[in-house]
Amino acid sequence: MNALTLRAVGHAFFGRTVLDGIDLAVATGEIVALVGPSGCGKSTLVHIAAGLVEPSRGQVARGYRQHGMVFQEPRLLPWAKARDNIAYPLRISGPRRAERRRLAEAAAERVAFAAEDLDKYPAELSGGMRQRVAIARALVGEPDFLYFDEPFTALDVALKRRMQDLVIEAARKARFAALFVTHDLAEAARIAHRIAVLDAGGRGIAGFRALPGAPGERDARLLFDLVQHFEHADALFRHIHDVDERRIA
Amino acid sequence: MTEAILDRLGRLGRFFWSGWAGLAGLSLLAALWQAGHEAYGDFILPAPAATLRAAWDLLAEPKHWDIALATIRRAMQGFALAAALGTATGLAAGYSPATMRIARPLLTILIGVPPIAWIVLAMIWFGSTDGTIATTVVVAAAPVVFVGAAEGAATRDRSLDDMARVFGASALFRLRSIGLRHVAAHLFPALALALGSAIKVAVMAELLANTGGIGGALASARANLDIAAALAWVLLAVGALIMLEYGVLHPIRAEFERWREAARPWGVKR
Repeated sequence: MNALTLRAVGHAFFGRTVLDGIDLAVATGEIVALVGPSGCGKSTLVHIAAGLVEPSRGQVARGYRQHGMVFQEPRLLPWAKARDNIAYPLRISGPRRAERRRLAEAAAERVAFAAEDLDKYPAELSGGMRQRVAIARALVGEPDFLYFDEPFTALDVALKRRMQDLVIEAARKARFAALFVTHDLAEAARIAHRIAVLDAGGRGIAGFRALPGAPGERDARLLFDLVQHFEHADALFRHIHDVDERRIA
Repeated sequence: MTEAILDRLGRLGRFFWSGWAGLAGLSLLAALWQAGHEAYGDFILPAPAATLRAAWDLLAEPKHWDIALATIRRAMQGFALAAALGTATGLAAGYSPATMRIARPLLTILIGVPPIAWIVLAMIWFGSTDGTIATTVVVAAAPVVFVGAAEGAATRDRSLDDMARVFGASALFRLRSIGLRHVAAHLFPALALALGSAIKVAVMAELLANTGGIGGALASARANLDIAAALAWVLLAVGALIMLEYGVLHPIRAEFERWREAARPWGVKR
């Protein structure tokens, strides 16, 4: 049983087709990185998979129990303290207040968010800390599937690596499956078991590349070689850095 | 626990301390008033100190308390109704563009008809009763609340809504945990404005409808050419508004907006 299966999914905004004929399966415990040039519909695809957008065509079969999501922006409630932001999904599913508090603190610890900052409001936190809160919020309900929609694009290189390590570590411990959207091949190579490349026009998945070894076990040399190979020798990734400004909006 | 209490005491202290600035502004007004008094004499403009004393004397008599409380009661009836009506319809309009399109022209008409006309109509419908005052207040105050609520609901952060949906929040839970919090930021200034106009309109309606209250007292002060009493009653009406706004509305607002305090840079707050 796959954790997630998309069959012939297509979508159109106001009659303009942005996605068509997407077939994608994510196995239980597998992390799939979804890459593609800017504006090819990666975000839309993830929103469809997570149930935020109803696809115009095709089916989405979710074989997992519960999902969480980390967005490109942290999307924290500005009026709630970090602790309450982390605990937000628990307010929906319903454990008691004391239990919520304990789980939120545990989730904060998993993403190395300092306990003394839990009583701060998002406005008092730095960008990296806010994104940590967003990851903790996604993890707090113990989901077995996670969606990442270019979550670290706005962070600097060092912080980005640190966050990627957090996700790899959390995935190893909690054994969740994930669909990780990124346009950064190095990020995809570090974090995923498998890379899926979306067609530049959103017409289907152009191809898959399995990555050697497990996430977190690949050393810098291997990652560098992988990315070099993808960028210069692999035809599948030829259009990955194309930017069509008209389609970004 | 003690930390929470200390935090609360600190905020309360800051709230009262900020009163000095308000007092300074009022003193400036009093100085201008005093200058006017010295230029034009007692008959046109009694001195602020004398007016304050006259207001104090008015309050010494229990029957005057009844007069002032009657006005406050009517204004609050109208205000409560306007707040409930305006918030409910404003939310509906903010969430549904079709409702907004229907409500806009109605709002223009409601705002366009002068309050005086409403007082005349309400007097015909309800006679010289509390109903006349409350109706006029509702008509004057509800549009402001409506616009505040609608603006708040229409400008809500949809990305937060999506976030909540991903985690499985129902529409009602999203409204409660995200929508209303956002609306509150737009609603409170509108409520403060509505409260002010509630008292103003109530006094005016009382004067015209001859139904007692502060308006009625003003009418008899005018008949007796008693400028000191008229000014004293105006002072009392303003005092009531200040009490309601700073005693009720602002503390509630401060409770809702604690995070904004945190977002401000260190140093001078408010």
